[in-house]
Amino acid sequence: MEIIVCLKQVPDTEAEIRPTPDNTEINYEGIKFVMNVYDEYAVEEALQIKERVGEGTVTIVTLGPERAVESIRTALAMGADKAVHLDDPAFGGGDAYSTAKALAKAIEGMSYDIIFCGKQAIDDDLAQGGNILGEFLNLPSITGIVKFDLSEDKKKATVQRQIEGGIEVLEVSLPAVFTATKGLNEPRYPSLPGIMKAKKKELKPIKLADLGLSEEEVGKKGAQIQVLKFSLPPVRQAGTIVGGDTPEEKAENLAKLLREEAKVI
Amino acid sequence: MAGIWVYAEHRDGTIRKVTFEILGEAKKLAEQKGEELCAVLVGADVEGMASKLGAYGAERVYCVEAESLSGYTTGGFTKALSDLVQQEKPSILLLGATANGKDLSARVAGRLKVGLATDCTGIAVDDAGTLQARRPMFAGKVYAEVSFSDVTPQMASIRPNVLLALEPDETRKPEVIKITPDVKPEDIRIAVKDIMKTGGEKPDLTEAEIIVSGGRGMKGPENYHILEELADVLSGVVGASRAAVDAGWRPQSDQVGQSGKVVTPNLYIAAGISGSIQHLAGMGTSKVIVAINKDPEAPIFKKADYGVVDDLFKVVPPLTEQVKKLKAE
Ligand SMILES: Cc1cc2nc3c(=O)[nH]c(=O)nc-3n(C[C@H](O)[C@H](O)[C@H](O)COP(=O)(O)OP(=O)(O)OC[C@H]3O[C@@H](n4cnc5c(N)ncnc54)[C@H](O)[C@@H]3O)c2cc1C
Ligand SMILES: Nc1ncnc2c1ncn2[C@@H]1O[C@H](COP(=O)(O)O)[C@@H](O)[C@H]1O
Repeated sequence: MEIIVCLKQVPDTEAEIRPTPDNTEINYEGIKFVMNVYDEYAVEEALQIKERVGEGTVTIVTLGPERAVESIRTALAMGADKAVHLDDPAFGGGDAYSTAKALAKAIEGMSYDIIFCGKQAIDDDLAQGGNILGEFLNLPSITGIVKFDLSEDKKKATVQRQIEGGIEVLEVSLPAVFTATKGLNEPRYPSLPGIMKAKKKELKPIKLADLGLSEEEVGKKGAQIQVLKFSLPPVRQAGTIVGGDTPEEKAENLAKLLREEAKVI
Repeated sequence: MAGIWVYAEHRDGTIRKVTFEILGEAKKLAEQKGEELCAVLVGADVEGMASKLGAYGAERVYCVEAESLSGYTTGGFTKALSDLVQQEKPSILLLGATANGKDLSARVAGRLKVGLATDCTGIAVDDAGTLQARRPMFAGKVYAEVSFSDVTPQMASIRPNVLLALEPDETRKPEVIKITPDVKPEDIRIAVKDIMKTGGEKPDLTEAEIIVSGGRGMKGPENYHILEELADVLSGVVGASRAAVDAGWRPQSDQVGQSGKVVTPNLYIAAGISGSIQHLAGMGTSKVIVAINKDPEAPIFKKADYGVVDDLFKVVPPLTEQVKKLKAE
């Protein structure tokens, strides 16, 4: 089983995100970066499949600046076998489209049975990467899976996909792209021996020239959407603390306020 | 021939609410651009739903019908929709940011090699007629004004419960155009084995107007009936924090927050929820927030329009009674 996991490094969910003074970019100074939350599920599932099958390779593919190596090392410490790192200034500032373009080109020459992505990257929140990658590689894609079962002959997968009000059970022939969401598994923590081993695993850098793509096709120049301006959302103010001597009185006052003041019930 | 298109998502023969919300806003854009507002229905038997789209503002409705499209598949729907878009060349294509809407829009954008802004909370066109979208990023910590390359259609998916639908007008009759798509089995590539329903008849959290959520303060799954009862009298639905979901008290589909669902109801009641940054990411743009928590220092009170500092087990049951009383008046 050859399994590829597309992994992005993103700001930690607790990080405070602010635009630069001219509001055209995000100020990343002092921010802690981590592996994208949904990509953790993707890495974990890849490792579990490899363990169940008893053979195979899990390869991490990351596009990002130099600091992204930390998240790649985390995945290697969890148990992934090797990694490629698309690291070139030309790749920066892209959208899901131009990022998927570069990822697809890098993956094209590799062998794979399964490609895992996260459901969405929690920085740009685009939730497009997996499907666009599937399109570029001409593979079927299934988004937001919460269960993955490999067939006996390893040629097919049966997965569960979460939709509003239900779960779809879908069968697809491999190779295919899947995007992972919460509920799929419990990602493991890297072990100490894992961390030691990760240092010796192969991590191959890839530059723009290695891909045979032009500068116009990737990163900011190749993007189809572009942020003109960032702004902070309106601040929500603390409202009224509902008065009353007993819980019953508070409940009564709250019901009245919701009816007469807020007019929502 | 350009046009602004809205993809009309439907389930069990009913058009999803977000479609009407998008039509309402897209109508303004169409007027501004001097283009026609069209809706697209894709499925096996969809023509019956066309008139409703007209009532909500669509001047023209494309009905793309084939037996092979009886249930949603990424491959089948992508082929049917992209082929029609390539033939008719709309300038803008809008979809609901639902599970299937996000899935379909991403695959179509990849195929047509066009830009797509996900989960937008506002749309407009600039003087040149280019789409501009406003979308939350970083789980709503910042908003971005997004612009598109000039390759068309410019695509956006729209968050449910944010835009306003028009009052339906049944006298508005749309032009209906039937399309027979060219969808082959090799376009579909995925077999739908089963669809397990979980929600019953209740609307999904993302479409609900009132949500009553319970967190770790609920103490156990056996206590959620008090929230169900409150939700019932309010015609709302029950949600949960991640702590409650991870404890196995509630299903994953009930989770509100960064790694669950993003919701925008008129009223969000948080009972026994502390208000972590990840929970707030999912419900912080609710129109009215109520917090019921016994800890006056709980961060949720900083975001709540109404706060009740008390034991939820003593507040929720009488609240249900009071609402019942008010509704009966
Ligand atoms: C990457 C990541 C993603 C996450 N995604 C999500 C997400 O999508 N959604 C989410 O919710 N969380 C998410 N979390 C978890 C989040 O950080 C919090 O741990 C979680 O929201 C806490 O849930 P809670 O408020 O129910 O529990 P707690 O924080 O334990 O709060 C329980 C509250 O109940 C109150 N309480 C207890 N008993 C009573 C009583 N009898 N009456 C009244 N009040 C009472 C307490 O005062 C307390 O404030 C995520 C975390 C991470 C790291
Ligand atoms: N820079 C990147 N490097 C590697 N994988 C990525 C990158 N950006 C996005 N992805 C993959 O695509 C998924 C969805 O990302 P997005 O469409 O940006 O929300 C992520 O969870 C990753 O699996």
